[in-house]
Amino acid sequence: MSSDELRERTRTALASQKRPTITVLSSLLAAHDELGYLPDEAVEEVAAYTDASINEVWGVATFYTNFRFTPPAANAVEVCWGPTCHLTGAPAIVSGLLEDLGLSGEGDTEDGRVSFKYNTCLGACSQAPVISVNHRLHGRVSAGDARDRVAGLSANGHR
Amino acid sequence: MTQFDDLKSRADERWRELVAGNRPWIRIGAAMCGHSAGALDVVDAVRAEVESGAIDANVDTVGCIGLCYAEPLVDVLKPGGSRVFFQRVSPDDVSRIVGGYLRDGAVDAEHALGYLGDEPVDGLDDMSALPGIRLQERIALRNAGHVAPDDVYQYIANGGYAGLSRALADMEPSGVIDEMKASGLRGRGGAGFPTGLKWSFMVGSPGPRKYILCNCEEGDPGAYNDKGILESDPYTLLEGMTLAGYATGATNGFVFIRHGHDGPISSTENAIEQAYEAGLLGPDILGSGFGFDIEVSLTGESYVAGEETALMESVEGKRSMPRFKPPFPAAFGVWGKPSTINNVKSLSYAPEIVARGGDWFKGVGRESCTGTVIACLSGDVKHPGMYEVPMGMSLGQVVEELGGGTPSGRPVKMVQLGGPLGHILDDSYLEYGLDFDEMREHGAMLGSGGIIVGDADRCAVDMARVLVAFCQYESCGKCFPCRLGMSHLLELIAGVAAGDATPDQLKLMESIGGTMEAASLCFHGQLGFNPLRSAIVNFPDDFSAHLEEKRCPSGGCDEPLNMPTNMRPFAEEYRAVTMTAPGAV
Repeated sequence: MSSDELRERTRTALASQKRPTITVLSSLLAAHDELGYLPDEAVEEVAAYTDASINEVWGVATFYTNFRFTPPAANAVEVCWGPTCHLTGAPAIVSGLLEDLGLSGEGDTEDGRVSFKYNTCLGACSQAPVISVNHRLHGRVSAGDARDRVAGLSANGHR
Repeated sequence: MTQFDDLKSRADERWRELVAGNRPWIRIGAAMCGHSAGALDVVDAVRAEVESGAIDANVDTVGCIGLCYAEPLVDVLKPGGSRVFFQRVSPDDVSRIVGGYLRDGAVDAEHALGYLGDEPVDGLDDMSALPGIRLQERIALRNAGHVAPDDVYQYIANGGYAGLSRALADMEPSGVIDEMKASGLRGRGGAGFPTGLKWSFMVGSPGPRKYILCNCEEGDPGAYNDKGILESDPYTLLEGMTLAGYATGATNGFVFIRHGHDGPISSTENAIEQAYEAGLLGPDILGSGFGFDIEVSLTGESYVAGEETALMESVEGKRSMPRFKPPFPAAFGVWGKPSTINNVKSLSYAPEIVARGGDWFKGVGRESCTGTVIACLSGDVKHPGMYEVPMGMSLGQVVEELGGGTPSGRPVKMVQLGGPLGHILDDSYLEYGLDFDEMREHGAMLGSGGIIVGDADRCAVDMARVLVAFCQYESCGKCFPCRLGMSHLLELIAGVAAGDATPDQLKLMESIGGTMEAASLCFHGQLGFNPLRSAIVNFPDDFSAHLEEKRCPSGGCDEPLNMPTNMRPFAEEYRAVTMTAPGAV
C-alpha cells in the first residue's frame, strides 16, 4: 500500500470514530483497527489529528502491547499464557505452535501466513487452555488441537 | 402514567410473549465462556434451523448462568412449560437435539442437563438441585443467563430500572448515598473500601463536570466476572452508574474496557444505545430533569491501566501510568475534574440496593462484609464456572461443592486467590471464608474473585514463576523498584525452576520484595512479591526440591516458561526516528 493510501485510510478512520471522546489513544486504536498495524504515516496522522507531537503519539503507541508496527500476517493466532491456561497446558501449546511455525517467540511466519502473539488473559479461564484464532476463541484445546487448527489456516487469511 | 410505567408495561408485554406466547424460546449461552466452547457456531446452527423452517422459535443469545463447564448451553422453553437445558451442544447436534425436543419432546439423555421451572419434565433432573444453581445467591448476576443482554425491555420486565425510577421520583441524592452506606457494600475491585462513603466524597466537589468511571479493565488472569456482567446484563451496570451519577451529582460516565474484548464492548455499547433510545440516559432521564451520559472508553493492553489513576491517564489517551496521590480522584480526577471510580461489580449491586433497600442487602453475606462474592473458579476443578455466592462461604465449599473437586480425584494442593498480586495458598486455607477481612487476617486477599485451583500434581514453583512473569511483563516501568525488582525476581525464580539456584537466593528474593513493597508507587509493585512470597512460605517442600535436589517434583517446571519479551516501554529503537521526524518536538 502506498504512503498516500495509508494516510488516506488513516484519516478516514480517525474522522469516523463514533465514541464522543477522542484522544491520542482512541485515535491510535482506530487507525490500528483499520490498518492492522501502525506505520509511521498513521502515527503522524494521529499526531496531526489530535494536535499532539509525534513523540507523544509514539510514546503512547509503544506503551500498549496490542499495537504492532509492521503489517500483520494473514492470520492472527494468540495463545493465553495466564496462570490457569499455564497450569492446564499452555506451555505445550506454545512450544508446539512455535515449532510448527518456525518461530522462537512472538512474531510473523516467513511466508506471511500467521502472526503469533501471547495474550495475558483471553477472559475465558473456565475453558482453559484457550487460544484465539482470528479473534475467535477456542477453549479446552489440546496442543494437538491447536496445531491442527493453525495448520489448517489458509495463506490468504480469513476474510 | 409516568414515562417509566409506560416502559414497564411495554416490557411486561414483551416478556409475556417470550415466556408464555405461542412460540418456544431458545436461549443460548454466548458469553466468553460459551464463545470459547463453540457457542457462536451453535447460534448459527440454531438460526439456520429457524430460517429453514425446521424449527419455529424465538432465539436469543444470553450471558452466563454460571455453569461455564456445561457450555455451550442451549436452553429451550416451550410455551407454558419449564426450561430444558442441553449442555455441551455442538452445531451438528442442534437439529437432532433441539429439533427433536421441540417436535416430539424427545430428550437426548447424553446432553440433557436438566430442567428449571415449576413443571417437572419426564426423565430429567431438577437443575435447581445442582450445586452450581442451589448455592448461588445472585444479585449482580440476577439476570445473567436468563435475559438477552441486547434487549432493554427484557431487563425492565425483570425489575430493571425500578431502583433508578424510585430514586429519581422519591429520593434525594443524599438518600441514595444513605441506602448505599446502609447496605454496607464494599468496593469489589479488591480493596474493599465502602462504596457509599466513596460516593459521598464527591458530593461537595465543584461541578459542573464530574465523572463516574467504571473500571472493567479486568486484566487479572483468572477473573472474568466484570466482563461476565457486561456480556450477560449490561443494563444493571448502566443503571448502577446512573444511580451513582444522581447520588454524586456527576454528569458523565465512562465504562473502561480493554480493546479486544469484543463481546463485552459490543454488548455495552448496544445497551448504551438502547438506554438513550428509551430515555434512560441523556439530558432528561425518565422525565425527571436529571441528565447523565455514558460512553465506552477503550484502553490498550496494559494491566496497570486498571489502577485508578492510571485508568484516568488512559481515559485521557495517555500511557496508563499511575499518578501520585494526593490529590485524590474525588477532587482531581480525569482531566482534573472530580471523579469517582468503581468496579463493575460494585456498581452492579446498586440497582437492587436502591430498589430493595440497603437493609435487605445487609442481610446477605456477613455483617462486616455484606453481599456476595462472584467467584471465578478455574483450573483443576470438575466444574469451572462463575458463581455468585454469599460473602463468607468457605473457600473449601466453593472448590469442593461448586467446583466438584478435582477432575483427577487427587487432593487440592494449592489455590491461587486474589489475582496476580494475590497469593498462592495451601489447603489449610480451604476452611476460611471468602470475605475481605477473614482472608486478610490470614495473610491472603480476596481480590476480585479469581480462584485458580491446582491439584496435588502441580508445583508451586511453576505457579509462582508464571505469576512473577506476568507481573514483570505488566510493570508499567514508571518506578524502578517495580520495574527492576520484578525483572530481578523473574530471573531468580526462573533459576529456581531450572534447578540452577541456591537456597541463599531466597533471602535475596525477600530483600528485593521488601524494597518493592516499601518503595513502589502503586499496588503493582507494592504487592508484586505476594505470589512468590506466599509460595515460598506455603510450599517449602517444592522449593527445597528445586533448590537442594535440583528437580521439579511434578515436572511442571520442566517445560520452559514461554512468555513475551517485548518490555514496556520499548521505545528506544523509535527514539532516533522520532527525534528527527518532521513535526517532532
